[in-house]
Amino acid sequence: MCLAIPGKIVEISGDNAELALVDVVGVRRKIDLGLLQDDRPVPGDWVLIHVGFAMSKISECDALDQMNTLRALGEIDGAMQEVQGYGLEDEDDIEADDVETAQLKISDADLN
Amino acid sequence: MRFVDEFREPELISKTAEEIRRLAGSDRHYRLMEVCGGHTHAIYRFGLKDILPENIELIHGPGCPVCVLPMGRIDDGLSIAQNPDVIFAAFGDMMRVPGTQGSPLEHKARGMDVRIVYSPSDALKLARLNPEKHVMFFAIGFETTAPSTALTLMRAKAEGIHNFSVFCNHVTIIPAIRAILDSPDMRLDAFIGPGHVSTVIGCRPYEWIAQDQDKPIVVSGFEPLDMLQSIVMLLRQLKGREAKVENQYKRVVPWEGNRAALRAMAEVFQLRPYFEWRGLGFISQSALRLNDKYAAWDAEQRFEVPGIRVTDPKAAQCGEVLKGVLKPHQCKLFGRECTPEHPVGALMVSSEGSCAAYHNYEHRKAAMATSLTSIA
Repeated sequence: MCLAIPGKIVEISGDNAELALVDVVGVRRKIDLGLLQDDRPVPGDWVLIHVGFAMSKISECDALDQMNTLRALGEIDGAMQEVQGYGLEDEDDIEADDVETAQLKISDADLN
Repeated sequence: MRFVDEFREPELISKTAEEIRRLAGSDRHYRLMEVCGGHTHAIYRFGLKDILPENIELIHGPGCPVCVLPMGRIDDGLSIAQNPDVIFAAFGDMMRVPGTQGSPLEHKARGMDVRIVYSPSDALKLARLNPEKHVMFFAIGFETTAPSTALTLMRAKAEGIHNFSVFCNHVTIIPAIRAILDSPDMRLDAFIGPGHVSTVIGCRPYEWIAQDQDKPIVVSGFEPLDMLQSIVMLLRQLKGREAKVENQYKRVVPWEGNRAALRAMAEVFQLRPYFEWRGLGFISQSALRLNDKYAAWDAEQRFEVPGIRVTDPKAAQCGEVLKGVLKPHQCKLFGRECTPEHPVGALMVSSEGSCAAYHNYEHRKAAMATSLTSIA
């Protein structure tokens, strides 16, 4: 629940400075920077992400450590599933026994 | 073995474990509570109990938001979503949590429009994409998550999106710690403070624990070495008869917290006079609701809420486990009526709950004990 996922800011949206493109081990998604108003990150900075919002800036070294922690905790798949789901990008892949999940997929090609 | 290989800096871990043994001695018993469910999960996952000397006992606290949510709140939220115009949106953690008539996922199978979102802002996006529907975000979480809900509501208000509401179950950690400390059968010596909650609230809100209650608290990271170092810091305080707030997780947690996040929470939320916690009962001023400025986005004001109360079966001893009076396996229902597949009590509901963590990792314990003694 309190997963904090490290990501690197790739780009800050030109028309909305509250949105940034982040890279989490190769997966790129838009996240919200609204909670870092007092300490704005710039491209190249690392942040800890929780439920689609950057929570704090961290060093690159701590970001890599955090990724190792998630791996060791067995939470890396959950974390990547969360990141891939940001922006309603991915259908959930809860191992839903007989439950129809296809309708969860929302086509939304526009990342902006 | 696998678990040992996953530890970074095994020499440092071994040294820290040695320091813990030296400080703990053998003349007394120490009972330390880790408040956060993430720590509980990590403690079991890494088999830390097998590294620690026997006179250090870890008690698992209330910091698992899914676990402490009363079943009646799930029933209430799902009852609003019986309306065919309502989309029920929630984090994946909520989807398998049982209400009296089944989980959100089971309701979905029966035709309810239930969607998983990974961010509250995606629930708002759903509302933009479905203007003919009403999207209700079923919000849960401590102060780690509440600011994101708050900011999403501020965006909904600014953009004038009115087919969106929040069914707010956000709770705050300090009153729960207070309730545990006030309990007459409380038997704790010190606290391992939550990591990610503290990125938001900082370390100051814990000062009363040290000053008024004379209990040390150390805000801790989640790696094995973080938690062992936090235990060293707690033992040093206890041995020196000190009680203060310390921050082991400085690389992530600023002492003052995240002011922008606190401002967003203050803009949107107000404290409820009281709120029910599964396993702990009613705790005053322990949860958040939307304030009057955001009444138009408050699902509890926009819809009729039945106000369902479901009492946990008397045989489930969640409260005693939460307060550290009982170990998970000492509960009468543990592993029999109450399992992670069929949770009866609060602490079996999520993998961060102490009973579920105990249940999931117990069977590996023997193997881990063997492997860890070699490095400890």
